[in-house]
Amino acid sequence: MIAEKHLNWLISAVLLAVPVAAWLAGEVYTVTLATRVAVLALAGVGLNLALGSGGLVSLGHAAFFGAGGYAMGILASHAQSYQPLMEWPFLIEGTKSMPVIWLVAIASGAISALAIGVLSLRTSGVYFIMITLAFGQMFYYFAISWPAYGGEDGLSIYVRNGFPGLDTLQPIQFFALCYALLIVALVLCARINASPFGLALNAVRQSAQRVETVGLSPLRLRLTAFVLSGAITALAGALFADLNRFVSPTMFSWQTSGEIMVFVILGGVGRLYGPVIGAAVFIMLEHWLGGVSEYWQLFLGVLLLGVVLFARGGLIGVFARRRVGHG
Amino acid sequence: MSMILLIEQVLNGLQFGVMLFVMAAGLTLVFGVMGLINLAHGSLYMIGAFAAATVAGMTGSFLLALAASLAAAAAAGAIVEVVVIRRLYARDHLDQVLATFALILIFSEGTRWLFGSFPLFLDVPDWLRGPVSLPGGILYPAYRLAIIGVGLAVALGLWALIARTRLGIRIRAGESDREMIAALGVDISKLYTLVFALGAALAGLAGALVGAIQSVQVGMGEPVMILAFVVIVIGGIGSIKGALVASLLVGVTDTLGGVLLPVAFAQIMQPSNAMLVGSALASMLIYILMAVVLVVRPSGLYGARA
Repeated sequence: MIAEKHLNWLISAVLLAVPVAAWLAGEVYTVTLATRVAVLALAGVGLNLALGSGGLVSLGHAAFFGAGGYAMGILASHAQSYQPLMEWPFLIEGTKSMPVIWLVAIASGAISALAIGVLSLRTSGVYFIMITLAFGQMFYYFAISWPAYGGEDGLSIYVRNGFPGLDTLQPIQFFALCYALLIVALVLCARINASPFGLALNAVRQSAQRVETVGLSPLRLRLTAFVLSGAITALAGALFADLNRFVSPTMFSWQTSGEIMVFVILGGVGRLYGPVIGAAVFIMLEHWLGGVSEYWQLFLGVLLLGVVLFARGGLIGVFARRRVGHG
Repeated sequence: MSMILLIEQVLNGLQFGVMLFVMAAGLTLVFGVMGLINLAHGSLYMIGAFAAATVAGMTGSFLLALAASLAAAAAAGAIVEVVVIRRLYARDHLDQVLATFALILIFSEGTRWLFGSFPLFLDVPDWLRGPVSLPGGILYPAYRLAIIGVGLAVALGLWALIARTRLGIRIRAGESDREMIAALGVDISKLYTLVFALGAALAGLAGALVGAIQSVQVGMGEPVMILAFVVIVIGGIGSIKGALVASLLVGVTDTLGGVLLPVAFAQIMQPSNAMLVGSALASMLIYILMAVVLVVRPSGLYGARA
């Protein structure tokens, strides 16, 4: 048993040390796996803001993950074909520059989250779960039936997008970018949780009625958290698309939403580093069990069931002392 | 667009709608009585379809296949309720979502393991093959008409069960006050298992019936289950009547939208663009319907609580 703060430092260090060591040893595949962990963890960090801090059980975060992915795919495919995105009323061209793509991804995630949030936050509890799931599915079917950007086949990007001063085709450099963004998001979430907004959000999760009686609007707090959460997950979507150099409607599918939620829960809901360790364990299981059996998700299902029924507080809850009150 | 085609599409929409109702009825019953959100309802649909395809393959009898789908799904439902679901009633919705998501993984991969990744085929029985001529010179597949009949019979049967039988009284009592009915000496855990198995059997029946017009494969249940969620949100959680109205509304809207929207857009734009915009919009239509209902009535058409 160690303090959660020390465990967090340890996780950050291991996630950095493993790919660097692998890179020095020439094991490129391990670097790619670590990049997947960092990117998926970032998606989980986004969800954790809504789920852990805000108590909003969203089963539709694939919508934001996919929105970020398609923001990258659409911009890069236009840059690839030299066709402007829009000529009227003003000229918008595609781009291969990561910072611009990230901003667009964040904006599209935030806008989607605002639209979905305004509608679904009118309800709560089980309605909210069903509605976010349904809206996620709407994005999925839209992506399939809109052929301009690949429809069901998705979009391929031939060369990974660039970042000023870095060679993103080098796996370790791309990993460094994703890792840095993950750390920035984690620091941001830690700051949010400690801020007056974060405290109010925590209070809304525990008792919306009491928060309302002190003059704060639970709806506005939840909506803000939901939008921030969607924006972070969308950024992860753009990175995920860049990692694979491919976007497809699968990013929008309900399984994606479920998996992002699994990262958060495996690690521990409301724990800052929960999604990081959850994503790491998920990728390791996928890698190892996937090598043992084609049906590795069967074992994942059994493990997940075990965690939900018997190990509340997730993996971090098993190792770290402090328990976060959740109810 | 001819009148005959339009009527055919309305019938297709009704057929889709009644199957959604059979799915949604089980979900809404389980939520109403036990307060449980069950994501694995789609897996029970899949189990029904696989059981039916297997039995039909062995015996060649469609009625035996339907019986097998009911029995297999009810048995799977009862086992899952006793082993897993029972531990979740007192938990929050997040735990229920995750545990039932884990059940989807287990059921889907387990089925893939047993049956492989290739779809199975379940044939429409000979005595329902071919069209039936309806008044007005409309030829409509007899099997789809039979599905509509079965769906309406299920609706009627459920109404009779809930409104007219002792079990129905207990279910209604369980919906309004769980502690009180347990205190009155009703074996609540047996009631829960029964209700869950009933919902599961309905899902299995829907899977088998739809399996004969589509292919029977792993993952067939989840899209239908998500649509059943849309139905429940529109109809109001826990309301069987709401589920019936909403599922017919969703079925007809989805089917007619897919046919009419491209035609409607063709009036104002080029045919190729109209096809594009129309079909993209049609794929979103029921979700837009759900959004509108949410704005107007956040707790659904017949929902009592939010």
